[in-house]
Amino acid sequence: MSFKRPEGVLKAVKQVRGGVHVSHHKNTAELPVVRINPPQKIVLPMQQHIGAPCEPVVKVGDIVSVGQVVGDTDKFVSAPIHSSVSGKVVAVGDVNLPSGVVTKGVTIESDGEMRQYEGIKPPVVETREDFVKAVRESGLVGLGGAGFPTHVKLAFPKEKNIDTLVINAAECEPYITVDYRECLENSKNIISGIQLMQKWLEIPNVIIAIEDNKPQAFKALQDIAGEFKVKDNVKLMTLKSVYPQGAEKMMVQSATGRRVPPGKLPADVGCLVMNVASAAFIGRYMRTGRPLVSRSMTVDGSAIKEPKNVRVPIGTSISEIIEFCGGFKEEPEKILSGGPMMGMAVFSTDVPMIKSNNAILAFAKGDAELKKERDCIRCGRCAQACPMSLMPTLIERYAKIGDVERLNKIGINVCMECGSCAYSCPAGKPLVQYMRLAKSVVREAAKK
Amino acid sequence: MILDKKLSVSASPHDHSKDTVTRIMLDVVIALVPSLIAAVFLFGPQTLIVSAVSVGTCVVAEYFSRIVMKRHQTVGDLSAVVTGLLIAFNVPTSMPLWMVMLGDVFAIVVVKQMFGGIGMNFVNPALATRIMLIASFPTKMAEWNAPFTWKNEVMTTASPLAEIKNIYRSGAISNASFEGKDLPSLLDMFLGKRAGSLGEVCAIALIIGLIYLLARKVIKITIPLAYVGSFAVIMFIAGGFNLTFLAYHILSGGLLLGAIFMATDYTTSPINFKGQIIFGVGCGVITALIRLFGNLPEGVSFAIILMNILVPHIEHLTTPKPFGTVKEKKVKEAKE
Repeated sequence: MSFKRPEGVLKAVKQVRGGVHVSHHKNTAELPVVRINPPQKIVLPMQQHIGAPCEPVVKVGDIVSVGQVVGDTDKFVSAPIHSSVSGKVVAVGDVNLPSGVVTKGVTIESDGEMRQYEGIKPPVVETREDFVKAVRESGLVGLGGAGFPTHVKLAFPKEKNIDTLVINAAECEPYITVDYRECLENSKNIISGIQLMQKWLEIPNVIIAIEDNKPQAFKALQDIAGEFKVKDNVKLMTLKSVYPQGAEKMMVQSATGRRVPPGKLPADVGCLVMNVASAAFIGRYMRTGRPLVSRSMTVDGSAIKEPKNVRVPIGTSISEIIEFCGGFKEEPEKILSGGPMMGMAVFSTDVPMIKSNNAILAFAKGDAELKKERDCIRCGRCAQACPMSLMPTLIERYAKIGDVERLNKIGINVCMECGSCAYSCPAGKPLVQYMRLAKSVVREAAKK
Repeated sequence: MILDKKLSVSASPHDHSKDTVTRIMLDVVIALVPSLIAAVFLFGPQTLIVSAVSVGTCVVAEYFSRIVMKRHQTVGDLSAVVTGLLIAFNVPTSMPLWMVMLGDVFAIVVVKQMFGGIGMNFVNPALATRIMLIASFPTKMAEWNAPFTWKNEVMTTASPLAEIKNIYRSGAISNASFEGKDLPSLLDMFLGKRAGSLGEVCAIALIIGLIYLLARKVIKITIPLAYVGSFAVIMFIAGGFNLTFLAYHILSGGLLLGAIFMATDYTTSPINFKGQIIFGVGCGVITALIRLFGNLPEGVSFAIILMNILVPHIEHLTTPKPFGTVKEKKVKEAKE
């Protein structure tokens, strides 16, 4: 694809090693985000993020409204959960996450009115601590897919000397187009979110990094940056469209040339990486005080009748979202929450979508088939594809024989399970599964 | 909306490249076809018979050894076809068929399956067979058919390598050294009009195969380039910077066949770039040393097999450090 870098847009400092050229399937790119009809019932699992689960703070029979806290905890690495509809709490108890994991959850029957909680007001921020606290209260977790509580990221100690805020709009997963739509439809909130983070966290440089297959996103953001007169400190950057460009460590490397050492965080090399939708949310939240009660997601795949980008209240069941998109046009064989590279296959459509869920993809038979696993022929495609310079074929072997020493030496814990190795394996090996096996082998050994 | 049907679940990723082992092997077979056509043209229909028998024996040997060893069937991955073709390419057209078949069984059963089958053999099966055949049937393996003599009466002749070796041994090399010798012209060498094993003679056909493999991204140019490059440098110096000498060496024997199709065998070559360079250069140096100083006229198969054996060690030395690992030197510097 020929792409001319617009004037004033930076080029990536360093290219990602390896990676794979996946087919993009960005079918929904030109479809504006539409609001789903308010759901009749929502299920809010208390574990929608990485970290400590929340405890329900409502009981059966309580009347709640949109934006009211229904789950919270005093643990630091966590984020409160808010009701996304108004109505009555009908159950508090065990529910299934899309992954099948059972966690506590709150089920709310909607009264259809979508009444706003009267306590909602824009947060008053006067210090850095106020800002971080406000972000915690918003319930924001990384909207790019990982679901790490954002306030934890923002509460970095001052001595980390963070000098660059990298806004991740790479969206390297196939099919998903919500970050792209965010750039087009919500650019004002993105910029104001960035400005607030710059102000309160004292970060001098900002880079918004986008893959070069989304030229219109550059234009939209450039226009708005001009309007806000922030062209000088908010820079746009093009990245090569290669998966997994949007992974945090890859992002830091592309944007600044710095490499995050194994076991370290971007903050250790002076960077803060944030998903573009998360940044836009901060912009909107600081203005309105409306917590994270809905999010945009892409609904696509060969089994979906009318692919769409939809804005969905958190906790809506996957089946209701698919129904809003016209239902199935073919019998689905596999339904994913998230993208095809790192998303999770769900076991049922009767599970709620959660905060970190950026897509629902349903595939008909034949589109989600696995290759039959054969013997490794040592072609080296996995090692070439690995952006972390690992040797998946060796890791598989060491994991199977339980060679912990070699696994540690080869750096198994650097693996982020991006799936590039398994994608490129001609022998159809489920290498991500083997990577997980290897990690658990190492974990078990460390316990002893 | 309740689905009656059970959804299938699996670990990510849910999308996969179209590459399969069978497709890769098929690509190698396709890349070998130009050389086969050239060989039929040069050495006659007997070439086809030798190739077909060799491929057939390999496939049957693979099929039955998997059954006897109670392992899952792998005959469908076409790797036995590749081995069969390569073995045929490594023998003279006049080779008795039973010898070829013996070699095929040796390659598949002893070299490949006894070590665990595809991906597990530590040396290239076709090359191990070539060496076994040279050791067992030295005369038959050196009875080279002269090209285009199959229509009337098959004639055998010396391989150009032996003649080149004599030239090298007879002292200083200049362009005049090649005059009046029993050598095909360089153009004939390039087109394959010379004596040799049936698949190694036609340089142009081998290069077409190389281009196909590169275009299909089955192999990378690293190993062939490192191999032929390092070989050429040594030969250029050894030959007193004589280009004719260099050209004869590159085009004769099994150098191109070895560099393109044997040294690049996935199972018996390193995975990483650095390792591939070391491997390729090692092959080039050993081939050159054998050709210059050894008693054997040809060194390609021994060079590759020797380097095959070293692959685990090369691999060990060249395993890349995981992303972001800070070099120990730098850590020390930072501490100071």
